Amino acid sequence: MSKVVTDVTCPFCGTLCDDLEITVSDDGKEIIDCQNACAIGSEKFLHVSKEGRVTRPRKRQPDGSYKEISYDEAIEYTAQMLAKAKKTLWYGWASTSCEAMAIGHKVAEKAGTIVDNCATVCHGSSLLAIQDVGVPSCTLGEVKNRADRIVFWGCNPAHAHPRHMSRYSIFPRGFFTTKGHKGRKIICVDCRYTDTAKCADEFIQVEQGYDYELLDAFRTVARGEPIPDVVGGVPKEKIISAVNTLKEGRFGVIFFGMGLTHTLGRNHNIDIAINLTRDLNDYTKFSIIAMRGHWNVTGSGQVLSWQYGFPYCVDLTRRTHARYNPGETSSVDLLRRKEVDACICIASDIGAHFPIEATRHMAQIPSVCIDPHINLTTEISDVHIPVALVGVEVEGCAYRMDNVPIACRKVVEPPEGMLTDEELLEKVYDRLCGIMGDA
Amino acid sequence: MSEILIKNGHVFDVVTGIKGDKADIAIKDGKIVDKVSSKAKTIDASGKTVMAGALDIHAHVAGPKVNLGRWFRPEDKMIRGEMRGGIVKETTRMEQGFSIPSVFRTGYSYARMGYGFAMEAAMPPLYARHVHEEIKDTPIVDEAALPVFGNNWFVFEYLKEHNIEKTAAYISWLLKVTKGYGIKVVNPGGTEAWGWGLNCLGINDEVPFFDITPGEITKGLIEANEYLGLPHSVHIHPNMLGDPGNAPTTIDTMKLAEGYKAKNKFGREQLLHMTHLQFHSYGGTGWGDFCSNAKEIMDYVNKHPEITFDTGNVTLDETTTMTADGPFEHHLSALNHLKWCNVDVELETGSGVVPFIYSPNVFPCAVQWAVGLELALLAKDPMRTMITTDHPNAGPFTRYPRVFKWLMCKKTRDEQMASFKHSGKVADATILNEIDRELTLYEISQMTRAGPAKALGLANMMGGLAPGMNADVAIYNLNPAKMPTDPEEIEKAFSLSAYFLKNGEIVCQDGQIVHSGTKRTFWVDAKAPESKQVNRDVREKFLRYYTVTQANYEVPDSYAPNPFVIEANANV
Repeated sequence: MSKVVTDVTCPFCGTLCDDLEITVSDDGKEIIDCQNACAIGSEKFLHVSKEGRVTRPRKRQPDGSYKEISYDEAIEYTAQMLAKAKKTLWYGWASTSCEAMAIGHKVAEKAGTIVDNCATVCHGSSLLAIQDVGVPSCTLGEVKNRADRIVFWGCNPAHAHPRHMSRYSIFPRGFFTTKGHKGRKIICVDCRYTDTAKCADEFIQVEQGYDYELLDAFRTVARGEPIPDVVGGVPKEKIISAVNTLKEGRFGVIFFGMGLTHTLGRNHNIDIAINLTRDLNDYTKFSIIAMRGHWNVTGSGQVLSWQYGFPYCVDLTRRTHARYNPGETSSVDLLRRKEVDACICIASDIGAHFPIEATRHMAQIPSVCIDPHINLTTEISDVHIPVALVGVEVEGCAYRMDNVPIACRKVVEPPEGMLTDEELLEKVYDRLCGIMGDA
Repeated sequence: MSEILIKNGHVFDVVTGIKGDKADIAIKDGKIVDKVSSKAKTIDASGKTVMAGALDIHAHVAGPKVNLGRWFRPEDKMIRGEMRGGIVKETTRMEQGFSIPSVFRTGYSYARMGYGFAMEAAMPPLYARHVHEEIKDTPIVDEAALPVFGNNWFVFEYLKEHNIEKTAAYISWLLKVTKGYGIKVVNPGGTEAWGWGLNCLGINDEVPFFDITPGEITKGLIEANEYLGLPHSVHIHPNMLGDPGNAPTTIDTMKLAEGYKAKNKFGREQLLHMTHLQFHSYGGTGWGDFCSNAKEIMDYVNKHPEITFDTGNVTLDETTTMTADGPFEHHLSALNHLKWCNVDVELETGSGVVPFIYSPNVFPCAVQWAVGLELALLAKDPMRTMITTDHPNAGPFTRYPRVFKWLMCKKTRDEQMASFKHSGKVADATILNEIDRELTLYEISQMTRAGPAKALGLANMMGGLAPGMNADVAIYNLNPAKMPTDPEEIEKAFSLSAYFLKNGEIVCQDGQIVHSGTKRTFWVDAKAPESKQVNRDVREKFLRYYTVTQANYEVPDSYAPNPFVIEANANV
């Protein structure tokens, strides 16, 4: 007999769907089936039971091969590395629980490291813009229950957040939105005709790198001022018609992604998108929401903020107070300038996401990768410490893209003897106190 | 646990009735006791003031909007002066932030000032998990949180039919699943209207679509509160916060409580707690003729024992405003043109965050400063009057000692008034200059200890120094027999306590944190007859309108690792 675990939260993307149903074998060790998840989320559950999983720490040997070591040895290596290094970069956090982060920060504060998360190569520019101009926003349920105007700008949920459109933004029928899809006007702005664009009533193809100019034109039209005949490759009439559509709505939302945060203009693109949202609030109700990527990158920003007051790029090396200066205390810059002499990557993947110069420096300094899986970073780290998979084998808190906290569940037991992030980090803390003293 | 004897201090305590006389306070196993053995550790408090640990009845210290305020204001970590966050590391964790301190700084700062309890003033139920995560991480100070009900769709639907049983059954369920303490109401109806960019500007202004008025919501919630017999009363932030000429709406709101009787087993007598009353006591028709209506408001409050209030004193700082009153924050950002955050929360509430500078050079800010002080000084019953800054809205809670100084010393008030850029105009718009009253240490202890403890239904365990009560004791470097000639010494003494004992342990000594304490999370388990219809409605709303499942909504016990659960029973 198998059993079904319900209300399971998916530890894949910032959509954080919490309605999954996972069928588990009778002994609670194997996942047999996964219902309601998208293809990616489903694989996240199904692959833990597949063969070839690394269940013990590994240390890189002089010949480049890896040799299994005990957790104690791995903890000793990590604590010694933290104690010896002048400046350690501790990057990642986006795929673990808030509980683990809180313990990790205790270690980081003790050792005096930089703590940075995936926002640094993702929505960091959005965070900078919000620090400049604020953000009028709402929860995804407000979108579902009220929104009749949806804009996707530089994002492609059809692929990156597969259930976003059905759960929140395009299709659901809510309290005031009883007609569902038919009651909403969808506008998609992108430089490519994406699968999300296919779902839109209006597709606006912006010339690559001209998002700022186009947003500026939207603002200008919204304020009733004239614009040139063509802006960013988009004819004036199309811009005017789109702005009128937005103004005529009762409740509108702009969703944006990497197409705005990491193209020409970066934080300024977000700044002007937020200001467009502010302007539209003079005519109707409008919100704007960042399509956060990793399932708990938002949570990392939250925990860092309530503990230190900054959402990413937190420099604890002074040990007396936290500093924050993206560009100086951001992971890619620190690695590229070779300013750090040790690196821990936890619950994320430097090798897969960082520029090659940054990754190369990481490979040359003492490094530890804490991750349930083999990934590009584990293969260039001195020590890889595998841990139980949060959201599948360990429970914990995560924050959705709209900052709503949702619990992740444990559906199966981790392989025997494997530590969780929380257990591992507590042990590193104890060992570090042993080396550095309690004071 | 060890025994402690605090000897020869000047004790100010309502519960034992000691008004500054020398008395010894004995502590054993975390409680105040009659006497201790000769082995007890002795603290010499001679020449010092001894009071029970203080209670903050209204502060925004944990949760989504507080944290949004933290991270979207990196500049709050860089304010000049002695309050600069985290420069001196005196404890095991770093301290950051001025107007919205980090959780560590929040816990340590309260302890340094001798505060043992803080009420998080507005918890959006959908974000309850976040609130409790922060509360769990905040050291030393005991905390509780008030979920917001004034814009909740369930409440609207039940109160439209004036169905108190169903409203109460829903409240009972929600307090349990969010580990909440009582009923908070913020701009009733107005925040729901803000879902469409609208607002409710009076108690009879209808809420769009829901066919109910703020007055009906408030009255219904008062009835439900007394039906449930909760330790605290309805805690309301009325409509029209911050608007010139809002005093009549405030009085209309207070009148809603007339004719009801408080029914509870906790010794609470009030029916309505009016929070940050300063923001609701204005006359005038615009910012030009803006003026104080504190006298009109206090004339009503003084005659009506069913009302308690906290002041919401403006401290003349750069701070961060944050409230579940979404439309107000939008309005404010249009006034000061600073960055604006808004978060509307599905089915429940909304919120906004905007930085604000209470400049002594700006006429309305100076009037607001005067109004807050007038309210406390015109109050005839200090037990119904509580001092707050609506942290961080009118100023950070770390400024309470400065507010005490102003209230205790007319000279400093006069100096402050004279220093305003528009001092003459401010004097004309207010009556503060005409008030000579200076609060005594005993009155301060009523307003910060016994008063809030009673209003929160905690009078049997907090806010006093009688045997059996919690051993939360603050000792200040202030000699009542020889009060300092320099009023700044009063502020200093209250800022850094000589000792603060939490649950019988010394957590702060000479203003330094020496122990991380054993903080507790308070919540209320309100037992009420179950309603099958309400259970069905809850299930249906989760299936159709919420974006999380009902099973994932509840805050598990692990979020309150050290809980203190108060059981209330419905008056059926």
